[in-house]
Amino acid sequence: MGQLPNLLLAGLSTGSVYALVALGFNVIFKSTGAINFAQGEWVMMGGMVAAAGHAAQWPLGLAVLLAVVTVMVTGILSERVILRQLARPGPLVVTLVMIAIAICTKSLVMLVLGKNPASLPGFSGSTPIDWGGLRIHPQTLWIIGITCLVMVGAHAFFERSILGRAMRAVAAQPEAAALCGIDPRMAMALAFALAAATGALAGAIITPLTLTSFDYGTVLGFKGFSAAMLGGMGSLPGALVGGILLGSLESLAGGLISSHFKDAVAFLALLLTLFLRPAGVLGKGEVERV
Amino acid sequence: MLEVRSLRAGYGRAQVLHDLHFSIAAGEFCALIGANGAGKSTTLKGLAGLLRPIGGTVQFDGEPIERLPAARILRAGLALVPEGRRVFGPLSVRDNLQMGAFTRLFPRKDPGTARQFEFVLETFPRLRERLDQPAGTLSGGEQQMLAIARALMSSPRLLMLDEPSMGLAPLVVQQVFEVLANLARNGLTLLVSEQNATAALAFADHGHVLEAGRIVQSGTARSLRDDPKVREAYLGI
Ligand SMILES: Nc1ncnc2c1ncn2[C@@H]1O[C@H](COP(=O)(O)OP(=O)(O)O)[C@@H](O)[C@H]1O
Ligand SMILES: [Mg+2]
Repeated sequence: MGQLPNLLLAGLSTGSVYALVALGFNVIFKSTGAINFAQGEWVMMGGMVAAAGHAAQWPLGLAVLLAVVTVMVTGILSERVILRQLARPGPLVVTLVMIAIAICTKSLVMLVLGKNPASLPGFSGSTPIDWGGLRIHPQTLWIIGITCLVMVGAHAFFERSILGRAMRAVAAQPEAAALCGIDPRMAMALAFALAAATGALAGAIITPLTLTSFDYGTVLGFKGFSAAMLGGMGSLPGALVGGILLGSLESLAGGLISSHFKDAVAFLALLLTLFLRPAGVLGKGEVERV
Repeated sequence: MLEVRSLRAGYGRAQVLHDLHFSIAAGEFCALIGANGAGKSTTLKGLAGLLRPIGGTVQFDGEPIERLPAARILRAGLALVPEGRRVFGPLSVRDNLQMGAFTRLFPRKDPGTARQFEFVLETFPRLRERLDQPAGTLSGGEQQMLAIARALMSSPRLLMLDEPSMGLAPLVVQQVFEVLANLARNGLTLLVSEQNATAALAFADHGHVLEAGRIVQSGTARSLRDDPKVREAYLGI
């Protein structure tokens, strides 16, 4: 006994990271209708840049900030330099372009930062905290705390701020939003900036637990995508629920059945969602976009 | 107030509007009558900046606006209520109204918006009861009221409406036009496109008839109501 709580806690922390990645997928899906295949690469890049910053003797906090800013700029540039040149890109075109951008991002990171795995120390060291039988890596608490903050912040942004509500207006009725003077390109640039920033943050906070390397993005992207589908593509609470659910399932399957089984769980969850509940656990079957 | 000269517009290679000429004087309640596919929506989208005209000029208070983006045209004082209402369904009624004032809230907040918010709610008291409800849950008539209210939030001087009667019960159409007539009496200039000309010509004071992308007839609403061709084609008499 005592194994189950530890497994669930581990699930909660990887699940939090999946939730952040899923949030990025959802923000871009809402604003373009496309699946952003570069999301996973942004996560990887976040971890790699933070690790490089740390290796160059930057303080940890600054290294993480550097990662978030660098990846955010990459996201904005992807939108500015490539997507904006296309006249009214449809979801399929955006999706294809993002696949190309994903491949370029990965190569770029490999060329600049190298092929070796990189690591970061835990933000508060790595001496496990013993908490009534629960052995908690302090980074776990950082991950859960930061995820909570980001989720609350994202909720406040989309519900309260004028820009966040304008982004939802563009997603619901692009033409009417344009008639209100909301520039659809501004909304799109903002979506890319937000998705890239949350992706980078996710990559930076998980690296102390897992290491990272240039080819790490595909798997994380796939996990985040599965989590987003599981919770309901386009739904903010769905990202949280889907991420936590997927993280816990994985951790339980890995601990109780076999660690070989771990990665298959996301694939199974994705297939089951597509078969049984394509709109996701929290999806109402309505899609705001047409 | 609005001078449209030789306006040509279309989609890709298909030209829809051919040398459109008409003008609207300040304070006028003007109807744009035309059958389905005549080019009413194309005209209004061209004026509002959703569609870049192929040629011709549009002057608003003497300033050329045909090359301006939608946001600049809105700031100049020309707003459009789109066909089919297009309210932001998942957003609350309040948020829909605030989005209507987006150019006055972002990047800097204009204190005049609070006053406009009150004015709009006095014009449409039903919306006040529904402020925190998602716009998608409103009835068709209420959504049309909200779409008009949203456009009014930018404090336009010329309000354009694309087929506001579409899909509404006759009684609701009557209510919508009564509100418009009231706004016109208070000095707002209006351009309303309608397929069903009965209501529009009953309330408007001027009208233009659009056929296959050309204005074929213009005059006072009374003269159009009495015109045998208009009566036959658009009033079903
Ligand atoms: N997005 C579009 N792409 C191509 N053709 C269009 C488009 N919208 C309208 N049209 C064509 O332009 C013509 C005028 O349409 P429209 O302005 O919508 O007419 P109305 O509003 O008077 O019904 C029609 O022949 C229509 O088929
Ligand atoms: Mg039309």
